Amino acid sequence: MNTIRNSGLGCTLLGAIALSGTAAYAAEQITFVSQGGAYQQAQTVAILDPSAKKLGITINQDSIPDAWPAIKTQVSSGKPIWDVVDTPTGYCLRGGEQGLIEKLDFSKIPNAAAMPEAYRSPYSVSYEFYSSVLAYSQKTFPKDAPNSWADFWDVKKFPGRRALRNHPIATLEAALMADGVAPDKLYPLDVDRAFKKLDEIKPHITVWWTSGAQSAQLLNDGEVDMEMAWNGRVSAVAKEGAKVAFTYNQGILQSTSLCILKGAPNLATAVKFLNEAVDPVHQANLPLHIDYGPGNPNAFETGVIKPERAAQLPSEPANAAKQALMSYAWWSSPAGEAAEKRWASFMQK
Amino acid sequence: MLALVSPALLVILALIVLPVGWLAWQSIYHDGFTLVNYRRVFTEDIYWRSFALTFEISLAVTLIALLLGYPVAYLANTLPKGWSILILSLVVLPFWTSVLVRAYAWLVLLQRSGVINQFLRYLELISEPLALVHNTFGTVVATVHILLPFMVLPLYATMQKIPNDLMQAGASLGASPSLTFVRVFLPLSLPGVLAGCTMVFVLCLGFYITPELLGGGRTVMVSMLVSRNVELYNQFGAASAVAVVLLLSVLAIFFVVSRFISLDRVLGQK
Repeated sequence: MNTIRNSGLGCTLLGAIALSGTAAYAAEQITFVSQGGAYQQAQTVAILDPSAKKLGITINQDSIPDAWPAIKTQVSSGKPIWDVVDTPTGYCLRGGEQGLIEKLDFSKIPNAAAMPEAYRSPYSVSYEFYSSVLAYSQKTFPKDAPNSWADFWDVKKFPGRRALRNHPIATLEAALMADGVAPDKLYPLDVDRAFKKLDEIKPHITVWWTSGAQSAQLLNDGEVDMEMAWNGRVSAVAKEGAKVAFTYNQGILQSTSLCILKGAPNLATAVKFLNEAVDPVHQANLPLHIDYGPGNPNAFETGVIKPERAAQLPSEPANAAKQALMSYAWWSSPAGEAAEKRWASFMQK
Repeated sequence: MLALVSPALLVILALIVLPVGWLAWQSIYHDGFTLVNYRRVFTEDIYWRSFALTFEISLAVTLIALLLGYPVAYLANTLPKGWSILILSLVVLPFWTSVLVRAYAWLVLLQRSGVINQFLRYLELISEPLALVHNTFGTVVATVHILLPFMVLPLYATMQKIPNDLMQAGASLGASPSLTFVRVFLPLSLPGVLAGCTMVFVLCLGFYITPELLGGGRTVMVSMLVSRNVELYNQFGAASAVAVVLLLSVLAIFFVVSRFISLDRVLGQK
């Protein structure tokens, strides 16, 4: 899973400035890694800066669109340089099983302990939510727009060019929902059935996108009429004036999580930071800066997020109820990994 | 002598020999010696398909680049100096633009709402936009554009060295210009052709960004297979094995070519 948002040179620079500008002798510091772009800027303002201030620590930032290979190389080299990583939840789980990620002691992370169990794992805490939604061009569909994955698969009723992500995660879920599986009955995924359903739509897919930026551009340029895309990407181009919209109906609710590298250089501070980062108030500040939902649902009770804003967010309870909650535990199970591998041959056939 | 070159040797050791050695090691060692990664590369369909597609695309790109590049190099060689400088600058100019930017530029040109489709529609030559990108076609077009200088420059260098006297001798013996070209100039330019083709072919084998952006997800070249193995499947061993096989293919190509011309020529040193 890569580039949920633009990989941001800006943030790398920010990180560099933070590195050079801070007292090298500051008592406590951590290195925090996220995915860059507008997203990392938003969390810097909403979460990282306030947390650093409150804890009296220095947070050095780095950014990388896809942290997974770097985590693996850093930890197996025996000398990781990063402490906390914001990465798709599946990597935290898989990394935990492979001994690359620290197991968390939730008694030291009260803010996370108060979150629903589905939102955390032994190795990670949900940090923010985004959603893989059905997005479409309002030019092609001024009314009677596609509203479910069954509509997406219905090429007769909704003629037009389509794009899906070149990745099995969320795509298999969409295929099963198109085939009539209820959003809360998806797991364990019926992989054969999903691929069979995908075979149906494959000839009608013009592009299999690989980055979030690409998906936004496809819709914006009219290269496709409907696609699966991340909600924040769609709303960003809509804000710039593109005639595009999306529905949360049958969206696949996904999260990135915070996890700590095994043998992180500043382990104790990292745990303290992790607790602070999921504090409901910091969390509630995030959606004021970007279209992603708080990882901690208690944020909706702080009063910081206005109801009309909450209604736009993927993890807002009413929106969440229309969607399927991605099971990262299933995807990092042997069956999930086998499904991922099957994707490559599906694409090449 | 050794004292003089040893810093250079150290750099090569640290930056090339060690990483490549580590790569090779990783492909055969995972909790013990194993050939499973190589077995997979040679038995699983998707690897075969990727290698086949990569070689096909590289071949197509090389041939197109040759057809486009030869006349350009020939013109640069025969026209007066001012013109030839202009032509060569135009060929080299794109070098200073990043591959990524050029790939996106082609996207802007080729997509449905792109310049080319809009122009064709304006002329009413087509009613529906053509599918020029997000497929192998778009990949080949952009790759040719990026690799064309690697064809033109070796060709031009070789042509420069063909003595004009030979052409005049041919003419004075009564051969028509086209016959002198076919019998004298063309054979003498063949080393340049081989050098240019080798450069373009080998570079194309490792292309990554262009097929990733312009291939629509279906054009899976070998380098993309390497990255997917790491990013999606977490199989560093498999990725290394693919990389090693690709590296060996390139070395094999250089070895074969070196039987015909000196490698210095291919690498543009002479």
